[in-house]
Amino acid sequence: MTTSVAGPVHGPVHVTAEVLAAKTVGAYHHLSLAAPAVGEESRPGSFLAVSIGDGRLARRSFWIHRVGPMAGHRAVVDIVVEPRGAGSRVLAGLAAGATIEVTGPLGRPFSLPREPARCLLVGEGYAAAALTTLAERLRERACEVRLVLGGADDAHVLEPLAARRSVGQVEVAAGDLTAAVLRSLPDVDVVYAAGSPATLRFVADAVHGSATTCQVALERPLTCATGLCQGCPVPVLGDAGDAHVVRACVDGPVFRASRVDWEALS
Amino acid sequence: MTSTQRWPFTNPVLTASGCGGGGRELATYGDLSALGGFVTRSVTLQPRLGGREPRIVESPSGLVNAIGLQNTGVTGFLEVELPALLDLGATVVASIAGHSLGEYAELARSLGRADGVMALEVNLSVPDSAGSGLFDAREPFQAASVLGSCRRDLRDGVLLLAKLRSDVARVAETARAVVDAGADAVVIGNALPAALPDGRPGGLSGPAIRPQTLRCVAEVARALPDASVIGCGGIMDVEDAVAYLDAGARAVQVGSALFHDPTTAFRIAHHLDPASGPAVGEDDA
Ligand SMILES: Cc1cc2nc3c(=O)[nH]c(=O)nc-3n(C[C@H](O)[C@H](O)[C@H](O)COP(=O)(O)O)c2cc1C
Ligand code: FES
Repeated sequence: MTTSVAGPVHGPVHVTAEVLAAKTVGAYHHLSLAAPAVGEESRPGSFLAVSIGDGRLARRSFWIHRVGPMAGHRAVVDIVVEPRGAGSRVLAGLAAGATIEVTGPLGRPFSLPREPARCLLVGEGYAAAALTTLAERLRERACEVRLVLGGADDAHVLEPLAARRSVGQVEVAAGDLTAAVLRSLPDVDVVYAAGSPATLRFVADAVHGSATTCQVALERPLTCATGLCQGCPVPVLGDAGDAHVVRACVDGPVFRASRVDWEALS
Repeated sequence: MTSTQRWPFTNPVLTASGCGGGGRELATYGDLSALGGFVTRSVTLQPRLGGREPRIVESPSGLVNAIGLQNTGVTGFLEVELPALLDLGATVVASIAGHSLGEYAELARSLGRADGVMALEVNLSVPDSAGSGLFDAREPFQAASVLGSCRRDLRDGVLLLAKLRSDVARVAETARAVVDAGADAVVIGNALPAALPDGRPGGLSGPAIRPQTLRCVAEVARALPDASVIGCGGIMDVEDAVAYLDAGARAVQVGSALFHDPTTAFRIAHHLDPASGPAVGEDDA
């Protein structure tokens, strides 16, 4: 089984990025990166991969949260880092002026509805960063956008105030977002979700069998993030129900929820 | 015995098997035709789905992988991957892995006669050959018999490489056996037998294994001064590649480093371009 790689038109680049700003908000560390050509080509759902160096070979991948001008750069890229393992702690320790190697923008992005549609965005924890530019694009296309923001606790809910400024309806559901999602579902045509596999599966199951379509931004450990290593298998079902394996990093990370074989996804 | 085959690699830097995707992914970051060659992931006769997750786990200065030789099989390779690689201008080295001597021979026959395949790399060093169900080539005589079966039906002009495990106690003896059996060059080595944190067998690659692989390259170069040796293990930059060349390697392969920076092989190849500097790996004929 082969799938064509639908990357951004000009393809990703590997560049040295400069940290322009670093700040801590709640549980997360926000980095603004001047990464030539990465921001310009980024689309909603794109991510970038950092090379940590220092004997750490595997990549650390981050959703592209925002793209915008800063300090004379046209397309500065914001990422949201949750300090967890050794690699993300290194990143969380970076201050303005530091440089890091990054590859991006990577992955197959969200697809947008052709007609104005009623959209529900479900973002859990830092993964809600994958939805920020998506919400903007949808609003530009006259879509009705409502957002459910989840997270383990308030500190792990990503920027609810900023979201309220740019999205029409925002519901913060720290702790458990399932009730908020179920409440919104009857009134929407399209669902976009980013978060833990368990949450994505919950959303996928909730829309299953209805006319509502759903895309999920699936987060897996990505050793290379560039399609080289085959370390990121995602079991999927073809239209005929035939099972095969694709790569999260280049065939995803955004998938139609109905395409993922959730039972086989470990 | 010195091979009389023409050396098809105009640059001493190749990709390592299983580390360059299908070629297209890597070509996003550089020109495949600027590399000495592109070594494909190991192709088996039948498609393989690969193992379960986690398939790759980071370890200090390295990676432990248990991909399980996922590949589309020889038919899928010939129909999809090979044409794509040729389109990209790659000098294609097809890596093969078989469950039996007969399967190795069949793979060598069908891939060796495919237009555009410049070399075959016989993978005799899967870190978990028993678990993968592959032919056990642990002993030098077994390795030699695989090479013999591949050589027998191979079209003239296709270079035959044997990829050996970097076991310092056996590597020179094994290299001699495969060269006598018809290998034009030896590749040293593969990921080292290791385990994932959950105890499943895997292979350790990356800078963690470089000194060990380098030792094996030096041993073989000393024992078989006329043989062509390709070094593979933990190369991250130009210096690492030069260390292998200085130890007697005629070329090198870059593997895990591509996961960390997909431009690595292109950068090293550019630095070592014979056209822009002193010749490396002079012909030994
Ligand atoms: C993810 C991964 C997949 C690999 N697949 C193959 C393969 O299919 N055939 C093979 O001969 N070697 C395979 N190898 C081994 C590499 O080609 C190489 O010999 C080894 O990783 C050592 O080089 P390095 O340290 O530069 O990675 C693989 C290695 C990795 C990390
Ligand atoms: S992470 Fe390497 S192929 Fe997806």
